[in-house]
Formats: sequence, C-alpha cells, structure tokens
Amino acid sequence: MAIFLTSDSKVLVQGMTGSEGRKHTQRMLTSGTKIVGGVTPGKGGQSVDFTGADGSPVAVPVFGSVGEAREATGADVTVIFVPAKFTKGAVMEAIDADTPLVVVITEGVPVHDSAEFYAHAAAKGTSRLIGPNCPGLISPGKSNAGIIPADITPPGRIGLVSKSGTLTYQMMYELADIGFSSAVGIGGDPVIGTTHIDALQAFQDDPETDVIVMIGEIGGDAEERAAKYIEEHITKPVVGYVAGFTAPEGKTMGHAGAIVSGSAGTAQAKKDALEAAGVKVGKTPSETARLARELVQSL
Amino acid sequence: MDLFEYQARDLFAAHGVPVLDGRVATTSEEARAAAEAMGGGTVVVKAQVKVGGRGKAGGVKLAHSPEEAAEKAGEILGMDIKGHTVHQVMIAEGAKIAEEFYFSVLLDRSNRTYLAMASVEGGMEIEQLAVERPEALARVAVDALTGIDAAKAAEIVETAGFAPELREQVADAIQKLWTVFVAEDATLVEVNPLVRTEDGSIVALDGKVTLDENADFRHPAHLELVDAAAADPLEAKAKEMGLNYVKLDGEVGIIGNGAGLVMSTLDVVAYAGEAHGGVKPANFLDIGGGASAQVMANGLDVILNDAQVKSVFVNVFGGITACDEVAKGIVSALGILGDEATKPLVVRLDGNNVEEGRRILAEAAHPLVTVVDTMDGAADKAAELAATGKA
Repeated sequence: MAIFLTSDSKVLVQGMTGSEGRKHTQRMLTSGTKIVGGVTPGKGGQSVDFTGADGSPVAVPVFGSVGEAREATGADVTVIFVPAKFTKGAVMEAIDADTPLVVVITEGVPVHDSAEFYAHAAAKGTSRLIGPNCPGLISPGKSNAGIIPADITPPGRIGLVSKSGTLTYQMMYELADIGFSSAVGIGGDPVIGTTHIDALQAFQDDPETDVIVMIGEIGGDAEERAAKYIEEHITKPVVGYVAGFTAPEGKTMGHAGAIVSGSAGTAQAKKDALEAAGVKVGKTPSETARLARELVQSL
Repeated sequence: MDLFEYQARDLFAAHGVPVLDGRVATTSEEARAAAEAMGGGTVVVKAQVKVGGRGKAGGVKLAHSPEEAAEKAGEILGMDIKGHTVHQVMIAEGAKIAEEFYFSVLLDRSNRTYLAMASVEGGMEIEQLAVERPEALARVAVDALTGIDAAKAAEIVETAGFAPELREQVADAIQKLWTVFVAEDATLVEVNPLVRTEDGSIVALDGKVTLDENADFRHPAHLELVDAAAADPLEAKAKEMGLNYVKLDGEVGIIGNGAGLVMSTLDVVAYAGEAHGGVKPANFLDIGGGASAQVMANGLDVILNDAQVKSVFVNVFGGITACDEVAKGIVSALGILGDEATKPLVVRLDGNNVEEGRRILAEAAHPLVTVVDTMDGAADKAAELAATGKA
C-alpha cells in the first residue's frame, strides 16, 4: 500500500529539461519510478534520453502542458522543479489539469504565491499538494517522487512525515534495518499543502504501516495541531522529534517557516504538546530512532 | 524583513494610504532642517527602531519649533530601546487626534490564508487587547484568491463596529492597505493607531510592515530597504557568499547540510555542552545539499573568523551528495584555507558512501581533524574541545 505514492503511480516532471529536473529524473528512474513524461512549455514534442532502472536507454517524451501530458500518458503525479518565479504558474497548471498529486520541490517560493495556489487547490478539491520547499516523498521499493535518495532504506513498516529533508534522510538511515512504508517530506515553508495531520491520517489508514515517526521544527503551530489530532484520531504508536530548541527568537533558521515569533512556535511548546498527547519525543535524532525501534520490536 | 516606520510610511504613501508628512533624520541638524521644511510648526520626533514600546521608553517627543525638534532629536538619537540603538528619527507632522483605531492584515499560517484584524479601540498594545478584551478585536479571514475587495472591507469595518458615518472612509483606507500587502508581497501590514483627526480625516499614524524576502526577485526596490548597519558583520559576509548563516552566542562553530539537520545539530551540541562547562553552539550554517569544496571553504572561513569559536563541528549527511565528495570537500577546503585554519574540527559523516568518505579523511590525517562516527558522539567531542580551548 504505502501512502500517496505506489508502484502504479505514473509520474510527470515539470521542469525536466532543466539541470535539476534532468538530474533528479534520472535518479527517480534509477530507483524504479514510472516516469511517463516531462513538461516544459514550448518544448512539447521533444524527448530526453535517460537510462532506465535496468540499464537500458529510455526516451522520456516532453509535453507542452500538464493537460496534454496527462491525456497522453495517464499520469497521476507531477513533480515540480521549475525556478521559484515560475512555480505558481506551474502549480496552477497542474491543479487546473486535476492532477491528483502535485509535489513542489522548489525552494524560495513567495508565500503569497503559495497561499494562492493552496487556496486554488482547496477550492477545486481535485489535487493533493505536497510542499513547496520539500524533498518530496518516497515509498521505498515502489516509487520515488522528488529528491529523497532511494538507496538509504528498503521497504518496511515505519511511516515518516517530516518538515526537514536531511532529518528525513538521517532518520531513514538510522532505521534502515527496519525499513519504511513511505517517507513524506512536507517542507518547512509557512504555507504548505499536505500537513503532518494529513500524513498521520494516511499512515493510520495504511495497513503496511505499524509505527509513525513525525519530525517537526520551530515555527507555526502545525505540531501542536498534530498533537491534538493524534490524541483524538491516531491509534498507531507515534514517535516525535522537534528541532530548534536553541534557535533565537526572531531569526529565520534556513527554512522560511522556521522562526520563533515572540513566544510562539518554540520547540519546547511543540515537544510539550506532543508528549501531552502520549507521543514519545526523542531528545536527539538518534534517541528518536531508538524509541521507534523499541516500539516496532514491542509489537 | 521588518521595515522601519518611515519606510512603511513611504510604502503607504506610494499606494495612496492616507498618511501625514514625515521625514527621516540621522542628526539633530537634519531634524531641524526637516522640521523647517515642514513649515516650522509642531512636529513629533519619533525614534526609528524595530521594536514596540518606544513611546514608554521616551522615544517619541513633541516639538513646537525646529530648534526644539533638533534638541529632542539629539536626546533620542543614540538612545537604547530594548537593546536597539536609535540611529534615525522620523520628524512627523503633528495631528489633532479625535479617535484611535487598529487595523492589520497578516499571513495566517495555521489556516494557510490571510487574516484581517480591526478594532475601534486602537492605540494600546494589540496583544494586550487580544487577551483582555478579545470581543473588541474583530478577526476576519481573507481568501487568498479574492482578497479584500469592497465587500470584504465593508464586512471588516462592520464586524469591528466602526460608527456608520466612518465606515466608507475606513473601508477605503483598508482596501489601500490591502493593496500594500499584496503589491509589496508583505506578510504583515499593521496600523496602530489608525486615527480620525479632529477635521474628520482617517490617517495611518504609524505603520509596521514585514516583507517576504522570497519575493525579492519581483521587488528590486526592496533591497534598498535593508538595514545594512544592523547586520552582524559575519552575517553580512556570509550573505555575500550566499551562505545561510545566523550568528549565535557560543563557542562551537557549526556547519551542516539542510536546515533541519543544522537546527538539530545546534540542539545536540547544546545538550552535550551541559557536561562541558556549558559551551554552546556559535552559529547556524547550512551549506545545502551540494557541499562542494569551495562552499565548505567559504563556510569554514566565516566560522573561523568568529573570535568566540573554539572548535568546529562539521555534520553532514550524504544524501544526494555522497560522503566521499563531502570528505574531499573538507580536505580541499582545509587546503584552500592553509594556515588560516587554526581551530580543531570534529567531522561526522553518515549516509551514502560513508566508508569511502571516512577513509579519505583518515588518509589525509589533517592534524586539526577528528572524525567521530555518530552525531551525538561528535557533538560531545566538539563541546569538549571548545571547553578546553576556552579554558
């Protein structure tokens, strides 16, 4: 099963002809993802040569629009690598084409643009957004939509949702002996599509997931809301980690959304909320991995 | 980026929001000239600091003549308000205030949309009003696609309970403030107080604006609003090199890849420091996914220029970039820096191709470099070395 992304997912890459898009398309293909097309306005009809998972050459067709690409290929996922200034247009196009899953990797998207495309997606109700400013998601052994390295971990029974890319990799690495059903990087921007709560519910409903690891960081109140949701709706064991205890007030720590404003958005408040909801929270990534391992072994 | 009041005033004026005359001055002489140019009458001399409570701190003073404006400016310039030194004052036209109101529009992260707040009880700290009399603060959600149009503005003024005869005028000002919010890519536009003057005008008497730096590509003029004087010199240097760096007050320099991992590294170092005389992380520095030799050298260069730093912790997870590439980056960075690299480095590598990465570092056997296999262990070693260096 896994969540959001399965071995049947047919994936488009918007911005495939750019250098980042090309590099990561190759990586996704190598890990066995069904990449069915690229989208670059004005370059429809061309194709780009890649190497398939079995080492044989693959020519991936390029389409001029998401609509055309979806019609021709039946794609149900798009991964967006276009530069920040073109991201709103690319996302709007993917939503207008009713693409079921839209993964926005691009960093540095103006928050007004994100608010706009999020509102558009919410009003239309036909697309799930992940990101922006995220590493995408992976269902190991099945499919990989984004930039998460596919060789860190095999498939397994842990589900992971995280605001941070490298902490996702770190956690997958530490728990590679157990493996993951899916790992979803939701991004660290102030306005994002899929939230911790969405992923928690999906893991709750996924028969292939036994334990959920949730990684948060300073800024906003998404973790507090997730804690409340866990208390009310999630029966599977959840382990948490929160980064940014030492972050000073008023400074943006890398991610646009990672900022403590006044007394709001602190790591301590998030940890307290999660613990109050019965979530075991690790002090370091290693301790978090140990807690998750213990839970898996106790099942 | 937070703006000074005078910068907010200028943006308001550019978008047709009613404001009074106001000019910025950095010396008493400039303050006198500004007051004269404004007609020589009564003016308000206002400290320009990006922190609230300046009135109570004595940073806002009335002056009845250009001489007095110069004198008051002299008193205010150089003042310390909650840790912020006053380098500029605004000479503002005096207003005869009949009533004070409040208005703001901001990004509402929790609901992933915008929120407008308005109150007919302006002037006081809005956080205080929100706690003490929440019913006096109208909160109206604003859809990102439709924004504050005439109907939404009417809804806001009505919900806030503005007197019927004022509603049209206030709604008009609110729509213009919305234009500032959208056209300038702001995440906050706040007016406290929005006033009705004795002659019946609605005027934005103060302004607080936060701009989204991710949108700078469509606002070249925003770069001129940056307060270069306030930036920490190391932060300024890092910014020039395109590095994501925040200076902190500690002894262990930190370099890592990915914002989340670096934040986590700071925390782990702070915990480890508890056992080593309370040493703390000296900075946040994210060198991103690539971690090439030059980027690593630039990062080390910034950190080693921090006199407070006694040891450096390089914490990299090889995801997209393999660890052997990162290891080569560290070795060549130390080569590039040569004798300038003087402080001990603790390196922890994990992930893709980690054995080869560790082998490269072992082979280089740089006298300053210690390789530790785990993040917790490396943090402890870096804290220990910082404590030794400090003693």
